[in-house]
Amino acid sequence: MPAAPPFLHAPGPRIRRGAVLPAALLLAWAAAHSGLVNGHLLVPVEKVALVPFLDPQGIHLWPGLAASLARMAAGFTIGAAAGLLLGLSMGLSRTADRLFGPTLHAVRQIALYAWIPLLTAWFGNGEPAKVVFIALSAFFPMVLNTQEGLRTVPAAYREVARVLTLSRWQLLRRVLLPGAMPSIAIGVQLALIYAWLATVGAEYAMGLGRGVGTLLSEGREHFRMDIVIVGVLTLALVGFAINAAFGRIFARALRWRGPAR
Amino acid sequence: MTTPGSLDLRAVGKTYAVDGRPLTVLQDIDLRIEPGEFLAIVGASGCGKSTLLRLIIGLDDGYDGDILLDGHRITGPGLERGIVFQEHRLFPWLTVEENVGIGLEATSVPAAEKRRAIREHIDLVGLSGFEKAYPYQLSGGMAQRAAIARGLVNRPEILLLDEPLGALDSLTRVHLQDELLRIWTQENVTMLLVTHDVEEAVYLADRVVVMEPRPGRIRRILPIDLPRPRNRAAPAFAAVKETIIQELRR
Repeated sequence: MPAAPPFLHAPGPRIRRGAVLPAALLLAWAAAHSGLVNGHLLVPVEKVALVPFLDPQGIHLWPGLAASLARMAAGFTIGAAAGLLLGLSMGLSRTADRLFGPTLHAVRQIALYAWIPLLTAWFGNGEPAKVVFIALSAFFPMVLNTQEGLRTVPAAYREVARVLTLSRWQLLRRVLLPGAMPSIAIGVQLALIYAWLATVGAEYAMGLGRGVGTLLSEGREHFRMDIVIVGVLTLALVGFAINAAFGRIFARALRWRGPAR
Repeated sequence: MTTPGSLDLRAVGKTYAVDGRPLTVLQDIDLRIEPGEFLAIVGASGCGKSTLLRLIIGLDDGYDGDILLDGHRITGPGLERGIVFQEHRLFPWLTVEENVGIGLEATSVPAAEKRRAIREHIDLVGLSGFEKAYPYQLSGGMAQRAAIARGLVNRPEILLLDEPLGALDSLTRVHLQDELLRIWTQENVTMLLVTHDVEEAVYLADRVVVMEPRPGRIRRILPIDLPRPRNRAAPAFAAVKETIIQELRR
């Protein structure tokens, strides 16, 4: 029998190879700074690395990051939960699909950032508007992927459930949900990415309060390129970490799919 | 009075509406399957043999005539009937033992009893040691064994087999035919096999029903009086096989 379950994203050599490009860029940056470019626009590497620890403005990164993550968690939880529920109801009931489907597909054509004027008008510039915006961004990928996942569970499996006289609840729990899980996992991963982008976007566009996005916009205003770069790097690293963590979780939950997918 | 496992088909017919016009796929099927019998149905594709199985398992409602299991008319699926499909249809997210166990999901059998039944049936089909394997880790033959265990774990009175070996390579198929015979003897269950493989039908069945298409009807029912284990190379075996093939060609 085959040994340990394989992971979807095998760590190790791939990460090492993936680090080549960033390292090269870092080198190029350091080289460029030694003489070529205006010092205001391109700050030295070592200075940027120390900004979050030593700079009086830069240390705001940490409370800002904590605030951003908390905000994202709140928005993601609300949006993804609502998306999951609506996706489930639309995937399970044709009536729900007919009722919500057309509206949903119309509304999702609206570019996410076009919601900002409306949201700020309704909720102001504070926390509620940001959380609603983040929730909205997590909501759509979740609905669509959940519904799609349920819809594509093969009819052959539903027949097996009928033959085994499973109840509706057993059908849902043992057949439909596990069958839809790969698609739902994609929904969660997309929702997380969108929620993180939306968090920073919301902070940048609705300026009140702490956050990485706020830090970025202030850094830009005060012409602090070191802080801007630190902010951008933080965004990238957090996004990468979120993606990697959930990739692992889902690889484990979906190990029944086997290797080579 | 009927004994458990007897299936009675009386003037069974099935008509679908295709483009608003009625299409008769089964007509006047009269057949009685005795308890403990191994019956095979052969026929060209389109003769309605799979449709007949779907009617008996209860996946396809609305038919003419009567299908009686132990004297009761069949409406919808029930655990006294098991089925093995051509594709194994194991749930890929469940292990072998979970896939077998899901056959007992809808029953009120106590947990300990369930575990015992699952273990017994995994043993029965020769999959001991593979309880924790996922379907993607199984060969086609092993997956079909697991599907047979799932079909039998409820101890149904009749097991329906819808070309269960049709997708397997010929070596595995011959091997699993013997396994089917062993399981049939051991479990004392009525078996109804649909196949397009005449040799398989003659090798396994007590009687072979030959069907003809458009609309699906019974052409002939042949008792196979050869003693078991049957020898595929024996002249008597070849003669029966030839008779059936002639019936199918006419």
